Amino acid sequence: MDFKDYYQALGVERNATQDVIKRAYRKLARKYHPDVSKEPDAENRFKAVAEAHEALIDPERRAAYDDLARRREQAQARGQAFDPAPGWPGDYEFSGRGAEGRSAGGDDADFSDFFASLFGRAGRQAGGRGAGARPTGHGPGADHHARIDIAFEDTYRGADHTISLRHAVLDPQGHATMQQRQIEVHIPKGVRPGQHLRLAGQGEPGEGGAPAGDLYLEIAFRPHAHFRIDGADLWFDLPVSPWEAALGASVNAPTPEGEVQLSIPAGSVAGRKLRLKGRGLPGKQPGDLYAVLQIALPSADSDAARAAYTALAAAFPQHDPRRALEGRTP
Amino acid sequence: MNAMPMSRVVFDAVVVEEDCSFTFIQLCQACHTSGAQMRSLVDEGILQPQGEGPGDWLFDGEAMRTARMALRLTRELQFGLEAAALVLDLLAQNEALRSRLRREGRL
Repeated sequence: MDFKDYYQALGVERNATQDVIKRAYRKLARKYHPDVSKEPDAENRFKAVAEAHEALIDPERRAAYDDLARRREQAQARGQAFDPAPGWPGDYEFSGRGAEGRSAGGDDADFSDFFASLFGRAGRQAGGRGAGARPTGHGPGADHHARIDIAFEDTYRGADHTISLRHAVLDPQGHATMQQRQIEVHIPKGVRPGQHLRLAGQGEPGEGGAPAGDLYLEIAFRPHAHFRIDGADLWFDLPVSPWEAALGASVNAPTPEGEVQLSIPAGSVAGRKLRLKGRGLPGKQPGDLYAVLQIALPSADSDAARAAYTALAAAFPQHDPRRALEGRTP
Repeated sequence: MNAMPMSRVVFDAVVVEEDCSFTFIQLCQACHTSGAQMRSLVDEGILQPQGEGPGDWLFDGEAMRTARMALRLTRELQFGLEAAALVLDLLAQNEALRSRLRREGRL
């Protein structure tokens, strides 16, 4: 199990006060919060920061962590591999009192095995993870949330997807261990990025015969090489040659459901948008597909090509592409 | 790790934003929050259910995403509800602008 350097994660010194830790956490949390951040890998960065804060902001947990870190350093100084056994993590006990951590919207997205091993159940409860409404005793199971990445094509065909979910399970001694389960889900046709799927009864089991919670899956799409998604609409750049744009042409254009013939109207300019109605993402209200024309100039890299450009120039003596700029120079 | 089940079971899913609505209690459960907290999201105008009072309230499928985001902002960044509401509005504006850039292939 990898040792986590929580002080490094927050960018603070080992002897930082609780106030310094709190300030460092808040600043980094705003920077990497997945709802607001556009930083690369924001979600994992946020989790690391939240986990570090959760571990260090509570004095009992921080003391246990510091002790572990010190023993690890001593072992390394002796040139030994660090082995916290025997007894670890049972060496540490936590009252759960005085915990200040308010973290990180875990649900199924949990802290590391390292955190769970060190702090176990006490760490989880004291930290208020899963936020509040966890049923106690008898009652329906909690709803779970997770996120899945699907291929762009899945929404066109509908697809069966195997997903792996990790969730914490408490043993009778109250230690949390991470378990993984796999379920297969049918991705319905027409689902869009940011939408959620609900799988009834696939959340936490109920207690005392009460119904299980539901599982919610947030859908994200893996990026596509050609198509850009905007709501239900798709956009892509369609390169055409200058003569196709000027004279009109019928060209092959890709759509997610295969190639189609697309008419380029005569007199098209770069940036012209051609709409293929209903060829965007499927659904009750299918989106549209937009081709944005790009004029691809052939390079003048042969005598014949240079002659052709020269002839073109001769054919358009009046053509002044910079007319709009005339008289505007200072 | 659990063993894979022998028989292959494929679960059907429904799209929350299109096919689901939530009662007050269902939304609280889906968002792991208390009735009081959920009420405050309504009072702040972050959620706009149909119906007269909590017993009648019906939330559309988009409400879960909005509520969860607002709750994350209050819980994880310690925002007040007014600030969370403002951030949600700004994020929506930001998304509209990013969406224009995405259409033009500049993002």
